[in-house]
Amino acid sequence: MPFGNTHNNFKLNYKVEEEFPDLSKHNNHMAKILTKEIYGKLRDKQTPSGYTLDDVIQTGVDNPGHPFIMTVGCVAGDEESYEVFKDLLDPVISDRHGGYKPTDKHKTDLNFENLKGGDDLDPNYVLSSRVRTGRSIKGYTLPPHNSRGERRAIEKLAVEALTSLDGEFKGKYYPLKSMTDAEQEQLIADHFLFDKPVSPLLTCAGMARDWPDGRGIWHNDNKTFLVWVNEEDHLRVISMQKGGNMREVFRRFCVGLQKIEEIFKKHNHGFMWNEHLGYILTCPSNLGTGLRGGVHVKLPKLSTHPKFEEILTRLRLQKRGTGGVDTASVGGVFDISNADRLGSSEVQQVQLVVDGVKLMVEMEKKLEKGEAIDGMIPAQK
Amino acid sequence: MASSFSRILSSRRNVGLLSLVGGSVAAGFLLRRERVTAGEPLRRRYPASADYPDLRKHNNCMASNLTPAIYAKLCDKTTPNGFTLDQAIQTGVDNPGHPFIKTVGMVAGDEESYEVFADLLDPVIKERHNGYDPRNMRHPTDLDASKIHSGVFDERYVLSSRVRTGRSIRGLSLPPACTRAERREVERVVVDALAGLKGDLAGRYYSLTQMTDKEQQQLIDDHFLFDKPVSPLLTCAGMARDWPDARGIWHNNEKTFLIWVNEEDHTRVISMEKGGNMKRVFERFCKGLKEVERLIQERGWEFMWNERLGYILTCPSNLGTGLRAGVHVKLPLLSKDPRFSKILDNLRLQKRGTGGVDTAAVGGVFDISNLDRLGQSEVQLVQTVVDGVNYLIECEKRLERGQDIKVPPPLKQFK
Repeated sequence: MPFGNTHNNFKLNYKVEEEFPDLSKHNNHMAKILTKEIYGKLRDKQTPSGYTLDDVIQTGVDNPGHPFIMTVGCVAGDEESYEVFKDLLDPVISDRHGGYKPTDKHKTDLNFENLKGGDDLDPNYVLSSRVRTGRSIKGYTLPPHNSRGERRAIEKLAVEALTSLDGEFKGKYYPLKSMTDAEQEQLIADHFLFDKPVSPLLTCAGMARDWPDGRGIWHNDNKTFLVWVNEEDHLRVISMQKGGNMREVFRRFCVGLQKIEEIFKKHNHGFMWNEHLGYILTCPSNLGTGLRGGVHVKLPKLSTHPKFEEILTRLRLQKRGTGGVDTASVGGVFDISNADRLGSSEVQQVQLVVDGVKLMVEMEKKLEKGEAIDGMIPAQK
Repeated sequence: MASSFSRILSSRRNVGLLSLVGGSVAAGFLLRRERVTAGEPLRRRYPASADYPDLRKHNNCMASNLTPAIYAKLCDKTTPNGFTLDQAIQTGVDNPGHPFIKTVGMVAGDEESYEVFADLLDPVIKERHNGYDPRNMRHPTDLDASKIHSGVFDERYVLSSRVRTGRSIRGLSLPPACTRAERREVERVVVDALAGLKGDLAGRYYSLTQMTDKEQQQLIDDHFLFDKPVSPLLTCAGMARDWPDARGIWHNNEKTFLIWVNEEDHTRVISMEKGGNMKRVFERFCKGLKEVERLIQERGWEFMWNERLGYILTCPSNLGTGLRAGVHVKLPLLSKDPRFSKILDNLRLQKRGTGGVDTAAVGGVFDISNLDRLGQSEVQLVQTVVDGVNYLIECEKRLERGQDIKVPPPLKQFK
């Protein structure tokens, strides 16, 4: 919750030991990194918009985590959070993103023509393909911190930009507040509608405040390109279609994103980006490309193979259930996507998905024929 | 004025407070309604009109009373600790409410909230407490249990009796706003004082962070253990932050007097027992409360209280006495009578299911308690429950005998 500046100053009347959270039962990146020393050093700081260390870590304090799954446990309230709270966020970023150093540079590549292949994934196995990312609009604070006025301004700007798109991107905006029942039914049937966040990871960070004010969904008439406004990030941009033509999905993704970025730049509100962290988003786990490129793929045999997890790890991929993060797979169908976000480009990450899924489908076919796949297991990418 | 001034000085939080408001003279002003020293004004990035919440689909007391003009007037004010209007109303913005149940829709972050945001809280209090006007009325406090008469119910009908209230420690912020250090200080102050209770009140504290599995199971079996709040009415107000840090339960050895620490209020004090001896439950309640108050005063602390609003608690609905006196009572016939709701209304009682607020009745057993909190004393409210429950039992008996019942005339609001 965004506290006023005086609240943070008031806390300084108490000693560090008295304010330091009890993280003894916690298992998230923030809890592993935050010491009393770091807390003491950062607790009197705030970003220009008034975001404080306690705001950053509240979600991690409230959600001790899972013994097997390591959540991030902290969020940014604005672009400057990543600077002001470097002493905490740099090590968290390093832990989360495979040793990424504060001096490393992140490469952005949204040139879809650099992708090799990707148009020939077998549609008998690959049911659908999707690429998503997030974008934050420079000059505004992020969802954990923004006020109603700011959120509405972001919505207004986003809608102006999106409704000016044409051609394959021509579409319509549906604000959550004033959606009709019929529109809502249709968006649910299309698997487009996002719900009010119920995960305490998000609600404890203040991202569900004032719901559904300022939130909405825009999609093109073809229903292949959609944008979520003011959910977990300012914008979540999604390109998707049935079948295995990831190349086409990625093309539309890149073209659409670049068109949107042009329009925002004209309004003097480009996207938050820097050469160290790439695209700046609310959760440190989404820095860099913010990109999750994935497929829903039938792998009933491979998924029960003892080496399945190892194969995924070597291919730099992760599995989720078909409901997205924290869901179970149904009928042997898995959501397979890139594990990395920071330190490699969009093209590189989608390439890993395309190559990795192709290989896994071939493995599945081999297993169907009763053949072994040991010779196909790849080296660590 | 001088005595309350010295009490403010004796509270330990005073150190920070005085440094913020700059001097002892200003601290004195805190106690006078007309000149509360607010904190630093907020720097807002957007004008009030851009930040005014959309309350068109809302049904709660905050939404009914927060006009754009009041929002504009209060939106850059802060209490000395830095609590803001946006924080106070967040729970009401996030929870539009129910067409039939009107929730309050806002909370206080500290004692000063009731002054700094009075332009909104006064009308909310008036609406919620049936016309009680904090600007010109006084709230009576009376914890003399000897005044209760006819307070032992027919145990063929009344299964259990219970009285609860809350108390806040002056000088420390309330659950929506408190820092971890403040919350821990509340726990320390309260647990330290409770250790001084003797005789039938002697007992033990169980911290939620250090409870063993066995202790936890026992407390669940005793129906004492409270859970992390899941109701969005509470979580959106920030009351579940840092759970379970500095939360716990204290109860006496006889399991008839218990205190929740740092749940929805600094403390919730509960006296209960099986059966229908409400008088004894209330006697223990008053004795325990007065003992705890004496013990914290010995250590230089006191409860938040003033003569306009009575005991200060987080939710405006619990101001005044903060008291809910109730019974679990079997009323299978009466509860099916179409006049049941009207009878309860006129007796100034409310029904809940046996799981507490927002639960359903099971087997014709209802939780019946007082509706009112503010504007009448503890003794008056408990007597209202005693008289009312006796009347309900009479109705049930009459219906059992095939006789008709009468709807009683409505009780007067403020006595």
